[in-house]
Amino acid sequence: MSDPDARPFPLPVRPIEALGRLALYVVEALGRFGRFLIQAVTFTFVPPFKVGRLLNRIHFIGFRSLTIVILTGGFTGMALGLQLYLTLIRVGSEAFVGPGVGLALVRELGPVLSAVFVTGLAGSALTAEIGIMRITEQIDALQVMALNPMRYLVVPAMVAGVITFPMMTALFDVVGIYGGYVVAVHLLGLSPGTYFGEMQSFTDMTDVMVGFWKSLAFGILVPWVCTYKGFHCGHGAEGVARATTEAVVLSCVLILVFNYFLGSVLP
Amino acid sequence: MIRVEKLYKRFGRQEVLRGVTLEVATGEIMAIIGRSGSGKTVLLKHLLGLLHPDAGRIVVDGTDITHLRGTALEPVRRRYGVVFQGGALFDSMSVFENVAFPLREKTRLSSAEIRERVEEKLARVGLSEMGHKNPAEISGGMRKRVGIARALVTDPEIVFFDEPTTGLDPILVNTMHHLIRELHQKSRFTAVIVSHEIPEIFTVADRIAVLHDGVIVETGPSQAIQESANPLVQHFIRGEVEMTEKKL
Repeated sequence: MSDPDARPFPLPVRPIEALGRLALYVVEALGRFGRFLIQAVTFTFVPPFKVGRLLNRIHFIGFRSLTIVILTGGFTGMALGLQLYLTLIRVGSEAFVGPGVGLALVRELGPVLSAVFVTGLAGSALTAEIGIMRITEQIDALQVMALNPMRYLVVPAMVAGVITFPMMTALFDVVGIYGGYVVAVHLLGLSPGTYFGEMQSFTDMTDVMVGFWKSLAFGILVPWVCTYKGFHCGHGAEGVARATTEAVVLSCVLILVFNYFLGSVLP
Repeated sequence: MIRVEKLYKRFGRQEVLRGVTLEVATGEIMAIIGRSGSGKTVLLKHLLGLLHPDAGRIVVDGTDITHLRGTALEPVRRRYGVVFQGGALFDSMSVFENVAFPLREKTRLSSAEIRERVEEKLARVGLSEMGHKNPAEISGGMRKRVGIARALVTDPEIVFFDEPTTGLDPILVNTMHHLIRELHQKSRFTAVIVSHEIPEIFTVADRIAVLHDGVIVETGPSQAIQESANPLVQHFIRGEVEMTEKKL
């Protein structure tokens, strides 16, 4: 830790000092972020387990996101069906609309978009809720009651994320595939057999598992970022507002970054 | 007994506690008074183990808690009850659930026993009919009383009050002080009250510690503090702001 009474460095050295200070800040922040995850994972496997809190969080993250996931999944599939049909018909390959919609949704768009929308809806609320608990001393109250706030606030959210994100992704995929079906088959005249038949030929369990592993990773990532930001929010309403914005932005960026790397590593 | 020895704490360049030394005897009501920003809440957070000092020691009934963290602090915290400034009630629970929460989480009492205890504590703070309400639906004074009921529901040996009367009207201030005194007479807990309610606090506390600029400048029975020759103490209890600032 730096000595607050230390004399300032000579002017020419100050940019280097500022750079060093920034590097230390980043390393410290990453360390805190990592330690937060390790603590949460540790408490996940150490009793007592808070089943009631877990069910509450599953409802909070999963059930409350159902409408938005169904809506966005449906319209994403419809847009995909429309654009793929209009593109592929130019080269006489409209039969591949089904595989195009299926692969795009199952491997990429399903896990990514459902995670982004759940972040916007439930992740932001999670950060705000924990942030308000922090500034109104509710987290301190838990601590002085000899209760561990990680066990109450973070672990249930992370386990709920691991359970609900793959389910949200599966729902997004199914609704999206039927959205594409409605547009390609009922509006544009593709045969139902072609849509689903070609989809079955080109999409297999490996593709489904890619989407599953991604959604599982996002199910850890989003509650991790959102609870961390809430836990470490600044003072007052402004601190909570900033933490909520940072949580949503960081979650979305990390979802896209991890999506790319997982997409390149997974078969 | 709570013993604080030469406690130092700084945040960045700001030195908040500058060698605080204090003793709170078992069963007494000790009030820590001082101007806003004098370090009262920081000192309280050290006693609760929410902050850790740069130097010094805190000993609670023979246990040095200065460097204890997490689960190591739990045995000491189990003996604590804390009334937070704003109540710190859980928004997602009703008044009844808030008071019942420590019992549900920390004891093996049956639902009927919990109900009985919670109703008794709510009755003691005059809120028998408010159990079903949400914290957002009750007044600030009521929230503070619910906070007291929650702090006392586990029958703690040591109770900390963080500015329990801030923001209340004069009648409620007196009511709260009377309530604290009454509860103390029934339960005989050790109480530490952080306050700047002058002169009402003199009627509640057995002893007073005056914190000024991160240092305890005087400790003694209420009467002795009121008659203190220390100009800093006199200026503070008389509310002579300008003279106090000249000294600074």
